[in-house]
Amino acid sequence: MVEELVQHLEDRHSELVAGGMSVEQADAAVLAELGDSDGLGREIGRLHAAAAGERVIPGSSSGRPLYDLWGDLRYAVRALAKNRAFTVVTLLSLALGIGATTAIFQLLDALSLRALPVEKADQLALVKIRDRNWGSGWFSGWHPHLSNALWEQLRDRQEAFSGVFAWGDNTFNLNASGESHYVHGLLVSGDFFRVLGVRPAQGRFFTLADDRRGCVNPGAVVSHGFWQRELGGDPAVVGRKLTLDGHTVDIIGVSEAGFFGPEIGRFFDVAVPLCMEATLSERNRLEIRHAWWLSVIGRLKPGWTIERASAHVDALSKTMLEATVPPSYPPPNVERYMQYRFAAYPAATGLSELREDYSTPLYFLLGIAAVLLLIACANLANLLLARASVREREIAVRLALGATRGRLLRQLLAESLLFAALGAALGLLLARLLGEFVIAFLSQPGRPARFIDLDPDWRVLAFTIGLAGLTCLLFGLVPALRASNTEVGLVLKATGRGTTERGGGFPLRRLLVVVQVALSFVLLVGALLFSRSLFKLVTVDAGFEQAGVLVVDLDLTALDLPKPRRVAYKEQLLERLRATPGVEHAASATIIPISGNGWNDDVWLDGGAAKPHFNAFFNRVSAGYFATMRTPLLAGRDFQSGDAEGAPNVAIINQTLARKLGAGPNPVGQRFRREADGSGRGEQVFEIIGLVRDTKYREMREEFSPIAFVPSTQDDAPDAFPEYVVRSRLPPADLTGVLKNAVAEASPAIRLDFQSLAEKVRFSLLPERMMALLAAFFGLLAALLASIGLYGVIAYSVARRTQEIGIRMALGADPGQVARMIVAEAGGLLAVGLAIGIVLALAVTRAAAALLYGLKPHDPLTFGLAVGLLGLVALLASVLPARRASRVDPMVALRTE
Amino acid sequence: MGERELKKGSAELLILSLLEVRPRHGYELSKLVESLSGGVVRFHVASLYTLLYRMEKRGWVQGRWVEKARQRRRRYYRLTAPGRKVLAKQRSSWLAFVAAVKRVTGGQHG
Repeated sequence: MVEELVQHLEDRHSELVAGGMSVEQADAAVLAELGDSDGLGREIGRLHAAAAGERVIPGSSSGRPLYDLWGDLRYAVRALAKNRAFTVVTLLSLALGIGATTAIFQLLDALSLRALPVEKADQLALVKIRDRNWGSGWFSGWHPHLSNALWEQLRDRQEAFSGVFAWGDNTFNLNASGESHYVHGLLVSGDFFRVLGVRPAQGRFFTLADDRRGCVNPGAVVSHGFWQRELGGDPAVVGRKLTLDGHTVDIIGVSEAGFFGPEIGRFFDVAVPLCMEATLSERNRLEIRHAWWLSVIGRLKPGWTIERASAHVDALSKTMLEATVPPSYPPPNVERYMQYRFAAYPAATGLSELREDYSTPLYFLLGIAAVLLLIACANLANLLLARASVREREIAVRLALGATRGRLLRQLLAESLLFAALGAALGLLLARLLGEFVIAFLSQPGRPARFIDLDPDWRVLAFTIGLAGLTCLLFGLVPALRASNTEVGLVLKATGRGTTERGGGFPLRRLLVVVQVALSFVLLVGALLFSRSLFKLVTVDAGFEQAGVLVVDLDLTALDLPKPRRVAYKEQLLERLRATPGVEHAASATIIPISGNGWNDDVWLDGGAAKPHFNAFFNRVSAGYFATMRTPLLAGRDFQSGDAEGAPNVAIINQTLARKLGAGPNPVGQRFRREADGSGRGEQVFEIIGLVRDTKYREMREEFSPIAFVPSTQDDAPDAFPEYVVRSRLPPADLTGVLKNAVAEASPAIRLDFQSLAEKVRFSLLPERMMALLAAFFGLLAALLASIGLYGVIAYSVARRTQEIGIRMALGADPGQVARMIVAEAGGLLAVGLAIGIVLALAVTRAAAALLYGLKPHDPLTFGLAVGLLGLVALLASVLPARRASRVDPMVALRTE
Repeated sequence: MGERELKKGSAELLILSLLEVRPRHGYELSKLVESLSGGVVRFHVASLYTLLYRMEKRGWVQGRWVEKARQRRRRYYRLTAPGRKVLAKQRSSWLAFVAAVKRVTGGQHG
């Protein structure tokens, strides 16, 4: 109705002007004709009231807010559909902002905030040694908190928990021969499932009776995912047999869907009772007091708090430790062992190695995504402001016809509400996609995948809706308030030109663009920092050459080799591998670089004054290892057959170890000592026979550590799991094929597993790669949004100044000057934005220092690159409007409305 | 009868008969009334549209938005079937009235 009236008035106005009246006179005439506007308001009100059956209040709209809202929304939809290009762009950017933030929050939520899907997770508490900074013995598994002896003590003596359980993780090979098929396994105490309060989907769970020393076939429980994935969801699953590392077990039950174990980010596949450790492992960790491999969680008794439980286990510490001192510990170790103290910690969110690795990067990414959202909201605000200024006349008329400001505010707010709703919906969809992508990114191909449960829970939904609502309020309100502040007379008296020269709208839009530029600069700096950091990590000199090396993992347990024969057998296998056509070099190693494994002991230089002990890493390798890894031998010799059992202990050390030992410029011929470890081996002395270049040991980020290499032929405790590194120019598929054959010739019962060294290194850099990829993605997006915002403002400015440009050109300015003027305007906005951005970036990037490698957070090259990039972006954004400005025809410009 | 009442009564008739020929929009209607009546009858903006909406509510006319390329959309009103009936009825009663008035005011009578 209002639209009709407005059109009518405008037609009348045009008619009068065409008839010869001046614009002002026509304005006055139309206003006069309008005259009895109160009457109109009353009439319309009466009509509505007749429909609604309510009393009429002059000047207001109908009293049915929902009906109005619906009308407003429909109107908003039509209005948005008209400005398709802008709507699409802004909606997309808003959806991306919301989607990115929600995706990261979803991941953080699944990783850190959400409780385990078990009954009353807040009653669970983790028990472990407090502030542990020393340990001795054999550590295995992801969370080697306790030994079995300590677990049994705790289980028998504790009184704070209504139930306690222990678990250790393991990888089981399901295949009896040939290439291995690894699954995630858990060894759990009998009460594991009961205390957690989960129910079986099929069959039953373990009880305390199932977990007794000497158990033969207590059964296995498989996870729901495993059941579906590997057993095809077989309804007759209970009773089926599984082979775990060559031992057969019966499946007694399946856990319910949604239960994945006590660790976030790692789904278990098969669980067996702790007692199975005796059968499955050659070195039975149940009996080895210096074997650390278990984690313990208890459910608090009613009325007990974590603090009280913590005090309780602390009081039990001395008794438990006295009863479990490892017999192999030398006296200094015993003393430190007795100083341990136990404590209880909240365990509602379970344990998570994934959380430890990714928590910080994710929080960082959340910040980045939030900034992206701000930029998108600035775009939204700009759009709404632009439209508001265009519709001023219509708003003025409506005000004249009796609409209230509240009504108008609602109308304008409805538009941004619509935007926010659409943005939230799209954003949720994008969030899901982005989340799946990150999960896929974090999973290694061919290995059991690391999963996180990504279904949105109420926290994520609340977050998204809250975000959308906030952006709606914040950025819908400002333009709405501005527009409804329009002064009626002022607008109607305006020149017939389409836009008004009111001071308000434009400076605010410029401010928004400046903010966008500043924020994009910060994101670009972040993106560049992480990308350059990753590049440095990837190209860092590791001391060895990754490309072309295949890691071969063998499992000899099926051969049942007695210990004395193992060393010789492993050497024979190595010869076989070396003889395989296509293989350039091969060697064995107990620690593969960058695999995350480690072996360290205290060492010190032999002879002379007492030098301080310090910790060094060890690796047991065969002859030819350094040739295979292409690590230069700087002095002395490689291992040879003479370095066998019975001969004096020898070692090859790296430069850092030589330096720390204080062995001088030529360490060859000197000796060093190694402490007695916790497993019964006494102090040893080694003769240094060679010096090698420094190499990375555990991860690419580390500073070079001191490393001592000892020969594989002097292995006093050989295991049945040799690992070999093979250098070859053959493509991996071919190489694995010939190696499989070679090993099968020795014995078909040997199980193998292959992985390229380069792949291992890539996987170790996963957090950094993820950061760099996502930060770069967000940074580019931010730059794109800023450029769109800049373009919008400059284009608007050109349109507004068309007359001015026309006059300038009529007075003799050439197109080039005009174009430069426009570009200069863009440049001005850019400069202000950059200034603010630089200050912000300096403040913010400090927090990222820990995540970077080889770069300081205030790296000037990075900042310079970001400035250059944004400058380029700004230039591009202003090119089109500048060209348009330079093409203005002065005659047209001066006549235009 | 006051001038206002006269107008009110006849206003509907005027609109309906103009719409008989073909659908028109509000401004067109107001122009036509003014020109065809030689300036005697002129519709106030407010009352014209209120009238149209009232008639629309009663189902005598039907309005719809028509969008043409590069023009703003406009609301056109057309006569409905019941509207035609009302038009015929009003027209005949108006003509009867006019004839009656003529008989009373014009000519000889005692």
